[in-house]
Amino acid sequence: MSNKLKVSLSPHVHSGDSIRRNMDWVVVALLPAMLWSFYVFGLGAVIVTLTSVASCMLFEWAINKYILKNNKTTLSDGSAIVTGLLLAFNLPSNLPLYIIIMGALFAIGVGKMSFGGLGNNIFNPALLGRVFLLISFPVKMTTWPEPHQQNPFVYADATTGATPLADLQGANLGDLFFGNIGGSLGEVSALLLLVGFVILLIAKVISWHIPVSILCSAFVFGVVFYIIQGKMPFADICLLSLKHLLAGGMMLGAVFMATDYVTSPMTHKGMLIYGACIGFLVVCIRLFGSYPEGMSFAILIMNGFTPLINNACKPKRFAKEVKK
Amino acid sequence: MKTFRIGGVHPEENKLSAGKKIEVMDLPKQAIFPLSQHIGAPAVPCVAKGALVKVGTKIADAGGFVSAPIHSSVSGKVAKIDTVIDASGYRKPAIIIDVDGDEWEPSIDRSTNIVHDTPLEPKEIVARIQEAGIVGMGGACFPAHVKLSPRTPVDVVIINAVECEPYLTADHSLMMEKSEEILIGVNLIMKAVGVKKAYIAIENNKPDAIALMQEKAKGFVGIEVCPLRVKYPQGGEKQLIDAVVNRQVPNPPALPADVGAIVQNVGTAFAIYEAVMKNKPLFERVVTVTGKSVAEPKNLLTRMGTPMSMLIEKAGGMPEDTGKVIGGGPMMGKALLNTDVPVCKGSSGILLMTEKESLRGEAQPCIRCSKCVTVCPMGLEPYLLQKLSEHTEWERAEAEQIMTCIECGSCQFTCPAHRPLLDWIRMGKGTVGGIIRARAAKS
Repeated sequence: MSNKLKVSLSPHVHSGDSIRRNMDWVVVALLPAMLWSFYVFGLGAVIVTLTSVASCMLFEWAINKYILKNNKTTLSDGSAIVTGLLLAFNLPSNLPLYIIIMGALFAIGVGKMSFGGLGNNIFNPALLGRVFLLISFPVKMTTWPEPHQQNPFVYADATTGATPLADLQGANLGDLFFGNIGGSLGEVSALLLLVGFVILLIAKVISWHIPVSILCSAFVFGVVFYIIQGKMPFADICLLSLKHLLAGGMMLGAVFMATDYVTSPMTHKGMLIYGACIGFLVVCIRLFGSYPEGMSFAILIMNGFTPLINNACKPKRFAKEVKK
Repeated sequence: MKTFRIGGVHPEENKLSAGKKIEVMDLPKQAIFPLSQHIGAPAVPCVAKGALVKVGTKIADAGGFVSAPIHSSVSGKVAKIDTVIDASGYRKPAIIIDVDGDEWEPSIDRSTNIVHDTPLEPKEIVARIQEAGIVGMGGACFPAHVKLSPRTPVDVVIINAVECEPYLTADHSLMMEKSEEILIGVNLIMKAVGVKKAYIAIENNKPDAIALMQEKAKGFVGIEVCPLRVKYPQGGEKQLIDAVVNRQVPNPPALPADVGAIVQNVGTAFAIYEAVMKNKPLFERVVTVTGKSVAEPKNLLTRMGTPMSMLIEKAGGMPEDTGKVIGGGPMMGKALLNTDVPVCKGSSGILLMTEKESLRGEAQPCIRCSKCVTVCPMGLEPYLLQKLSEHTEWERAEAEQIMTCIECGSCQFTCPAHRPLLDWIRMGKGTVGGIIRARAAKS
């Protein structure tokens, strides 16, 4: 009896948390915004989402099996599904399928697997995929179908418009908040993305630090820059800065992209700095840059700084300040 | 509700044996007394093979100041002095006694009446405690008289009754049945170190113990019950001091006394009562035998040296699907090689885990979720210390304060990637500790 006892070091119990559980909750948190995109953009959104997820999974499986020659598949951790969903969230609903597949290949192949797979990538894979497509297909990536087309069952045949970011002053605050606007799949409804944020908080997948610091910082820097420009009364400046938070990829980026475990800092202090810098950069790019949208670039730039932030921001050690 | 400030986790409590009365464990046929039951120098045998001993007879002298004597828990004849495998898994010298009857040393007061007062001076109290072989009974086994001889003046005594390890209920049951004696023991500790204030820290998952101790403490001056929010590792000395009096003990060589505090386990307080007031050396303790598959989880008043297998039998026997037997609790306890190891001064519990419970999840890559950083009660970065240990970057590991890790296991408990963080950090601590000692020896 006794000679078959297992021996290992403590601890002998585990919380039951797993990578899979966290990924599953991210998918659950993405669901409200995803279903809304299906409702708003119709069949196109469904096709884009399915294509993106399927090709991300396929590329991860194929690279593992045929290039890295790993016998074990890493699909079961669920991270490829999340990358696929997030990539789809960043695409217009009438994007040709071959472009989506190229984006997925870049996201998984270059963004993730070439760095050594899950946990080793420096940049958010879905964002890399999006930026690759944005640079390669600038026109197709920046013309979005208008919401609520007459026939939701038609794919790739829709009247298209520019992002509300191009004319933010004219956009209606309610439309921005509830998602009655054109844009990439997942970014239209700020409300449902916030619902996702609450789900992630309750499931203890992420902490509040990154999203809150991004939104606060973007708002503050928006107000500051508009004041410096000095063309508008203060009330309008505040309203416009608020619209910035709701429009474009801001909410999606703050809640789901910038909080990506692998590419964001490890300490709460680091997270706040990282978020504040993203908020600053995104406002800079939107107001002074040549692109109307800056969220992807802002997050990717700060992804690159994450190792430095980790080095600079250590957690508060026990008994750092001795209190007697 | 108070608790410590940095990190912490809340494992499933599983206090299966809570509320169970303390039962007296049967005497073993043979009792085994390892000479190293405490931190410090091993004890030195003062009996020879063939010697007759009674219950309470000293069988080994302390091997130095930081050491403790060992007393027989049984009456009988010394069979041999040999090496046996103890709870650490290593072969260590031990005194083995064949049990014959139950004859106690006449100097021990076996009556049930409670003694309240003693004319003894503080120094004499500490001497009695030292002579009785009392060590910290929460599991660390640090000799009690050393803690009670602080090098700097202290102003507060904290009694550790949080029992933050899941499953264990030995301290809880002791408080429910020996509250008066414990409080007298606390009083003795206060007298010994000249302190006017003592807190008994109890986590609020034991409301009955909090209520009872609060009621009884009314009869004592300067003793206050301090309920704490349930959080692991609150029973860690540094965390407990932080939780109760909001002081953080700096890194070694600083000791709790340097922030004016002394911590003793509640079981130690009871042992101190018995030693000082009843002249009874430390030779028995309450041990929790528990586990989800155990037929009757129990709290057993057990003589030291009793093989753990006997306690498991008493609780209904070892289930067929047992995968691990742990000496102590599931967070910091040691997995035993076999169940013949004896109960020692620091044995707070025996936990049986099923085959399924004892399997670790498969380790996956670190996804840098930062959960280990959030839960670390010492404010360290376990993911980083693990990587540094794996890559043998000892200088960096030392700079990242690997030596301050208290090995509570919160990081590994919480890691969603099931990484063996603490295994690596322990290895790193061992190596870095060696480097530091070598450097100190050179200079």
